[in-house]
Amino acid sequence: MNLARIVGRIVSTHKDPGLTGRKLLVLIPLDHEQREAGAPFVAVDAVGAGAAELVIFVKGREAAHAFGNDHVPTDASVVGIVDQVGGR
Amino acid sequence: MLLADVTGQVVATAKHADLVGIPLLLVRPVAPDGRVSGPDMMAADTVGAGAGERVLVVVEGRSAGEAVRLAAAPLDAAIVGIVDRTDPV
Repeated sequence: MNLARIVGRIVSTHKDPGLTGRKLLVLIPLDHEQREAGAPFVAVDAVGAGAAELVIFVKGREAAHAFGNDHVPTDASVVGIVDQVGGR
Repeated sequence: MLLADVTGQVVATAKHADLVGIPLLLVRPVAPDGRVSGPDMMAADTVGAGAGERVLVVVEGRSAGEAVRLAAAPLDAAIVGIVDRTDPV
């Protein structure tokens, strides 16, 4: 899991049926000082995240676990909306 | 998932039985503004994408296999959507 900022939303009419009705968000990964830390990627929203929020994402096989037994072909999911990041 | 532009296709007559009938496309990862964001790769196409289209590519073995409706296909990337547009937030 790591931090990312939402920078866009994908509109896709023609897609895998498992993605129908799912929100597809463009994320930029951040380091722990919230600086950009990699190339943008697309994640499926599992928590109702929206505009320009700081979020928690999970990548890999586990990303699909965010949707229980539903067939959602994803390798990245938004699993939290960050309220605050504290110091060390 | 990655955003990518389809740049071509790969035809292979001799391929693994699980891959028979599945188009294999060449894709170039891009950011929403079109800048190249990673190395070129190949992906199985499950949505009928064509050259020049912007697509969503899942880059993880199990999910790619699910996209072609096989539990354990020898695949590590699959195209799962065609992008109409990307809206900024």
